[in-house]
Amino acid sequence: MSDVSDLVLDARGLVKHFPITQGIVFRSKVGEVRAVDGVDLQLRRGETLGVVGESGCGKSTLAKLLVGLEKPTAGEIMVRGEDMTRLSGHALRRARRNIQMVMQDPYTSLNPRMTVGDIIGEPFAIHPDAVPRSGRERAVQELLDLVGLNPDHINRYPHQFSGGQRQRIGIARALALRPEIIVCDEPVSALDVSIQAQVINLLERLQRELGLSYVFIAHDLSVVRHISDRVAVMYLGKIVETGYHMAIYEQPTHPYTQALLSAVPVPDPRLRGHRDHIVLEGDVPSPANPPSGCRFRTRCWKAQPYCADHEPLLQIRQRAPHPSACHYAEVRDLLHRH
Amino acid sequence: MTPVTDIKAQMDVLPGLDPRAPLLHVDDLRVEFRTRDGVAKAVNGATFYLNAGETLAILGESGCGKSVTAQAVMGILDSPPGHVTGGRVLYRGVDLLKLGEKDRRKVRANRIAMIFQDALSALNPVYTVGFQLAELFRKHRGMSRASSKLRSIELLDQVRIPAAKDRINDYPHQFSGGMRQRVMIAMALALDPEVLIADEPTTALDVTVQAQIMGLLAELQHQRNMGLILITHDMGVVADVADRISVMYAGKIVEEAPVYDIYARPAHPYTKALLESIPRLDHKGRQLNVIRGLPPSLTDIPSGCSFHPRCGYAREICRGDQPPPSYQIAPHRIASCHFIREVLGV
Repeated sequence: MSDVSDLVLDARGLVKHFPITQGIVFRSKVGEVRAVDGVDLQLRRGETLGVVGESGCGKSTLAKLLVGLEKPTAGEIMVRGEDMTRLSGHALRRARRNIQMVMQDPYTSLNPRMTVGDIIGEPFAIHPDAVPRSGRERAVQELLDLVGLNPDHINRYPHQFSGGQRQRIGIARALALRPEIIVCDEPVSALDVSIQAQVINLLERLQRELGLSYVFIAHDLSVVRHISDRVAVMYLGKIVETGYHMAIYEQPTHPYTQALLSAVPVPDPRLRGHRDHIVLEGDVPSPANPPSGCRFRTRCWKAQPYCADHEPLLQIRQRAPHPSACHYAEVRDLLHRH
Repeated sequence: MTPVTDIKAQMDVLPGLDPRAPLLHVDDLRVEFRTRDGVAKAVNGATFYLNAGETLAILGESGCGKSVTAQAVMGILDSPPGHVTGGRVLYRGVDLLKLGEKDRRKVRANRIAMIFQDALSALNPVYTVGFQLAELFRKHRGMSRASSKLRSIELLDQVRIPAAKDRINDYPHQFSGGMRQRVMIAMALALDPEVLIADEPTTALDVTVQAQIMGLLAELQHQRNMGLILITHDMGVVADVADRISVMYAGKIVEEAPVYDIYARPAHPYTKALLESIPRLDHKGRQLNVIRGLPPSLTDIPSGCSFHPRCGYAREICRGDQPPPSYQIAPHRIASCHFIREVLGV
């Protein structure tokens, strides 16, 4: 597993700061939103990395950085031995084929004035050498078939499809250029429960058949647990804990992970009163002005004065068998089985 | 100034009100929307009841009619195009659907109050939170500006908004999502209602904030012995807080049961399929069970049992003209399916 050649994506020290400006004629920078603030992540062939966190933790900005929709303030993204952040022009365009994205909202991410054939075929128009012009219609039909839609519906418009079907169209578009990596930003959160399962099964089937690697970003922890091999937990622009899914879900060591997991309602009434309920105070602080030291300390029940001055690194600790960014990381069993 | 209690007593005059009658009983409620594209039958005979101090969850996917049911009970249905075409909504023995608008206003917020999903669009953006809260006391209770302001601060304190005294002059956009939902809860509870309807109260919130809000709701409900109707699609939240569950599909309640029973042994194929389609720990690495197809369009609901095109148990009888009858399985357990025995596995 740790073979370096298996690595399809290697991002190091990713930082994205958005400037806050004031004034119209004389624009001056008065601050910055630290959306992503030093994130490392590795992705291996055929693997799914789940990224979880609450809104505003920077997970969507991370997705945009990975597919090259935003330029990072600092850091590198190595794909096939090339640093995506240093590429431009033709080289960047070619590199982007390899890493595609599925968007959250299937209602706004498809152009309502384009037919399904045009939407899925648009990547071919941007990358004309991928598929010769004469073969494009067939390629689109094959893609429709691959994601479980009727290939005859190539001339229909997005509004003629349901939410789940639209998300399949979005997935077909992401697959058009045969990427190795797909970044899924909340791909099922806009869908009903009965439809979510269909799309998750589709993503898993495509991964098996095409050997895809996924970065799967979501706030729904049970969906992430189902689909991921490894999980990274984000808080205010940083990864606070990462590890194999069993490690994160069964032996969380970071207080934030523990609070997050304990807050997720479990669809089993028998567990009422048998689970730890850690209720955090307050809201996530603003990423424009994150707390000093450990960013979670303002909501943390373990916080000590030491946390305010010393930023904890994401590393394996004495009582934390997998990387955790807490000075006092310790495994906690959230479920008391009786 | 008239004492508050006197005004409350005046307002309590509702013809036919019987304090011993059940708190809320919705009987065979039917709502349709008449649009250019045809008649959408949003609610097709919904029946349920609610006791004091109890939490009833109405569970269903989008478009199943759960929010429309709540709007009809509250009397805030957009009309036109919405029309209540049948059924009764009995509050302590009074059929609310038969009341005139003036009497209806005595019930709304006073007796039955509601929390909406999206607090930002439910609150008025051009008035301060304090003004909107105080308005309730001034209009419904005839209180003065000064005393209604004091009551408003008290309320914000009760829903644990820090520094309530200062925040009362803030506008809704100055609050975070969780704090805004607290303001909504304060507003709903202002006039001590006996029934609170919460329509997806935490769907727009993050899980850690959701836990705060659900905890607060449970605490306030307990203090006031209030009946709570929780409308949601989240089977996790339901398992955590509900006493009983009504599962809704295509405008009908297809199954009603106490929470432990329904999760352990669902009696309706739809409930069973829903429970099997959520990712669970012991299903890791396996395919999720899916419900094939899509929820029906409300303008074209399938004949017979409306779930039959998606159901694995469906046979000829399910496609007929008659919807399946409601079978009483146990006390407090009802399901509408011809094949309950097969689903339960008895």
